[in-house]
Amino acid sequence: MEASVDRIAQPWGARTPYGRHEPWPARVDTYLEEGVDPERVERWVQASSILHSDGDAMDIAVAGGRMVGVRGRAQDRVNHGRLGPKDLFAWQANASPDRLTRPLVRREGRLVECDWATAMERIVARSRDLLGERGPGSIGFYTTGQLFLEEYYTLAVLARAGIGTNHLDGNTRLCTSTAAEALKESFGCDGQPGSYDDVDHADVIALYGHNIAETQPVQWMRILDRLAGGDPPRLVCVDPRPTQVARKAAVHLAPRLGTNVALLNALLHEIIRTDRVNHDYIAAHTVGFEELAARVEECTPAWAAGICDVPAARIGEAAELLGTADRLLSTVLQGVYQAHQATAAAVQINNLHLIRGMLGRPGAGVLQMNGQPTAQNTRECGANGDLPGFRNWQNDSHVADLARVWNVDPKTIPHYAPPTHAMQMFRYAEQGSIRMLWISGTNPAVSLPELSRIRSILAQDRLFVVVQDLFLTETAQLADVVLPAATWGEKTGTFTNADRTVHLSDKAVEPPGEARPDLDIFLDYAARMDFRDKDGGPLITWHDPESAFEAWKRCSAGRPCDYTGLTYGKLRGASGIQWPCNDQAPDGTDRLYTDGISWAHPDVCETYGKDLATGAADDVVEYRSLNPDGKAMLKAAAYLRPHEEPTDEYPFQLTTGRTVYHFHTRTKTARAPQLNAAAPDVWVEASVSDAATLRLGEGDLVEVSTPRGAVQGRLRVTDIRPGLLFVPFHYGYWDTEAGHAPEGSTPGRAANETTVTDWDPVSKQPLFKTAAAALRLVERGDGSSAPAPTTTASAPAPASGTDAVPPVPPTTGGPSALVTQSADATWDSSEEETR
Amino acid sequence: MNGVTLTLRVLHHGEKHLARQLTAVAERHRTEHEVHHVATDLADWSRTHVQRLAATADRHGLDLGDSADTRLPGLLSTLREKASQAVVHRPEPGLLLLRDLRELHLGATENSLHWEMLAQAAQATKDDGLLDLASACHPATLRQMRWTNTMIKNLSPQILTSL
Repeated sequence: MEASVDRIAQPWGARTPYGRHEPWPARVDTYLEEGVDPERVERWVQASSILHSDGDAMDIAVAGGRMVGVRGRAQDRVNHGRLGPKDLFAWQANASPDRLTRPLVRREGRLVECDWATAMERIVARSRDLLGERGPGSIGFYTTGQLFLEEYYTLAVLARAGIGTNHLDGNTRLCTSTAAEALKESFGCDGQPGSYDDVDHADVIALYGHNIAETQPVQWMRILDRLAGGDPPRLVCVDPRPTQVARKAAVHLAPRLGTNVALLNALLHEIIRTDRVNHDYIAAHTVGFEELAARVEECTPAWAAGICDVPAARIGEAAELLGTADRLLSTVLQGVYQAHQATAAAVQINNLHLIRGMLGRPGAGVLQMNGQPTAQNTRECGANGDLPGFRNWQNDSHVADLARVWNVDPKTIPHYAPPTHAMQMFRYAEQGSIRMLWISGTNPAVSLPELSRIRSILAQDRLFVVVQDLFLTETAQLADVVLPAATWGEKTGTFTNADRTVHLSDKAVEPPGEARPDLDIFLDYAARMDFRDKDGGPLITWHDPESAFEAWKRCSAGRPCDYTGLTYGKLRGASGIQWPCNDQAPDGTDRLYTDGISWAHPDVCETYGKDLATGAADDVVEYRSLNPDGKAMLKAAAYLRPHEEPTDEYPFQLTTGRTVYHFHTRTKTARAPQLNAAAPDVWVEASVSDAATLRLGEGDLVEVSTPRGAVQGRLRVTDIRPGLLFVPFHYGYWDTEAGHAPEGSTPGRAANETTVTDWDPVSKQPLFKTAAAALRLVERGDGSSAPAPTTTASAPAPASGTDAVPPVPPTTGGPSALVTQSADATWDSSEEETR
Repeated sequence: MNGVTLTLRVLHHGEKHLARQLTAVAERHRTEHEVHHVATDLADWSRTHVQRLAATADRHGLDLGDSADTRLPGLLSTLREKASQAVVHRPEPGLLLLRDLRELHLGATENSLHWEMLAQAAQATKDDGLLDLASACHPATLRQMRWTNTMIKNLSPQILTSL
């Protein structure tokens, strides 16, 4: 089989059907720049995808010192050779002519080029001044989910033990903090229980607020291949949009925003009422069942129907599927994590698995997902508002152990309060107690809620802002110092996907100009700051990616995320490997909790837990009395009304989200021609009935407004839930005349102009998916359609009635989007042998 | 008036006061977003307690008056929110925030002790309805205490070292 497929028109490519419990056949996707003959490729360099959390393994094609294409790695456990549209095309952004190639410093109000020594000395001078005058609490670091493990670990050491600040977090706060928190609340510790291989074995797959077709397209290919094969799984989809998942689901529930806890409590109610619970598992491995059963006793489907606006019968059907599944796989993402009562809802999904005993077996698992490629590493390295290695900041022996690894006094590591989360860091900067903010690999001037507020914080004279990035982003335009960073393909390091698979990503080409790897930048800063351990030796003893990885292994030893069995050599050439990987599990670990709950004991747990409504912290005494033997905890939660609900003035609910063709704030994907053309500008989705009521049509220019701000875009009429508006959050201002903010002839284009500053009090994840908004016509369309893809959740509703609406042209990529797909029988057969 | 009705009256007053206090703090600290939103949610818990206390008092022949009146006058609310927005870039409101959280914690603690007393009296008089009320409401009061305590613990290092 070898075929050439337009992977913009067909984001998931051709089917390779397979039956339940069979291995997923390989399909190798290859894309080479136009005119590049495969024979001309000089080297294939091993890497993994940097544009989502799936961890698609790939090789980068190099010719003449340039990247010229990519090819999926057939032997890798994650993708079996497949690549998604972003994997296939976005690498082209690396060679954009507008890459940052020299450091910039602000002089007389303008950013001007300088050399590295000048830029770094300016940062060092300000750091020293602030440490002397105001102390370590005046310095904060806001990093990302897109650097490499070695870089996060180095940053965590220099921030927590070098500067001694509590203010280090990642933009993973926006994408994965609820996943981590939900796992901590249920299992005492972070760590993904399930495995992608569970897709091969499950008979029911439930996707909660998880548009997997667009966020992890390769795993969606896997589900599609199962749906096309023998004994296919049935899907349960909870999503207010008509996603591809919803279209394939046996049961699709489209609840009102902010009501996930009510819906989940009703599902739990039904499963308990019908006694489809595993009493032996509950007795052996959990605490809290009685309280959970009591909490959901009144939560009937009829009750939830009134809150969620979903038919009670449909809730019953979903509960029937979940309750009778032989092997249940659940996946969860932003529809839960970025919505009202985020952690409380995510925990109820863990509860459903625990009471059904659906954990730790092939096909029976939970995947609390994340969005970004290396978010897992931000979490485990302690660059995300936790201590490295899932250590418990409230447990003095954990802090002492970390201090031993770093050879510092435990008092050096702030642990009198939880590490500061990103939203609080921005508040401290607003209030003036944080005076230096070092932002690496993220673009808060587009991605954080309520952008007018974020811009006003970043623009303060008294706040010294350092931005380390590939491009002059909206955020970089507000910085005092801009550091040009090397990226994926230009540096070596490891990273870990959402199912704990560690991949090595090698350097393929040189970075442009003077751009440097993030690791080198952090090491340079640490050297200039002369950070020392308690014996006067250098605090940071490593000097390159591999030595940083070896240092991290020492920090991870004996922890849940144990990397001690991994080496660069072991990862090079082979498939990715799932942690924990150590002497006991030299080939890695498919699933956690195969034999009971292992990291919830009071002495080893990462957290003592929080109140699911208020976020109030429990202490060790409470934890020990609740859970002395370290079992999984069934934590119940009552439904609370959302903080912002529609009014006469703002009659719609508003949610923001993603499309398959873009990543984050488009810094890379908008610079890949095929991806940019597929979704070139912001749009607004509204339902057929709302559009009819307001007499709006496809392509009309509309404005969505909230008390915080407004955004304008062309309207796409879809089968979205009536009463709900959707705006993709990817678009900002760097490719407009205005530069970094709405101005003059550039109206609001970033969805976050409108979003509310409110976060889940447990995980501190901002709520991008629960707001109220107004919709109005700005200007009639000129007959052309909205710039929204037709292949995905933004597909237009089928034309109805007699309206002579011109059909929306389908999204295609044309010749430049043709990708070769080929079977790889070698790997299929060798894989079967190893099973 | 016996001891039970006396405790009901004191508790009713205390919960009503805490609901008002929580709402006022939510408004005064509009720019401390977590405090604003969670305090608003927790005010609802106290309002529920007020209503349930009034209903129980009714059965004990005690009229506790208008229980719904725990909202604040609109003009005052707007003033408080505007004042908070006017000092958004100043560090000093941090001290005020710590003071307010301390007051909320003490208010919730007082209520908690009164719930304890009510539960004890209920057991002594074998009044199941009263015991059910205390058992249903007291945990929420303890959670209000824990929240204020957590916020003080988390916020005070930064606020007190940056003045």
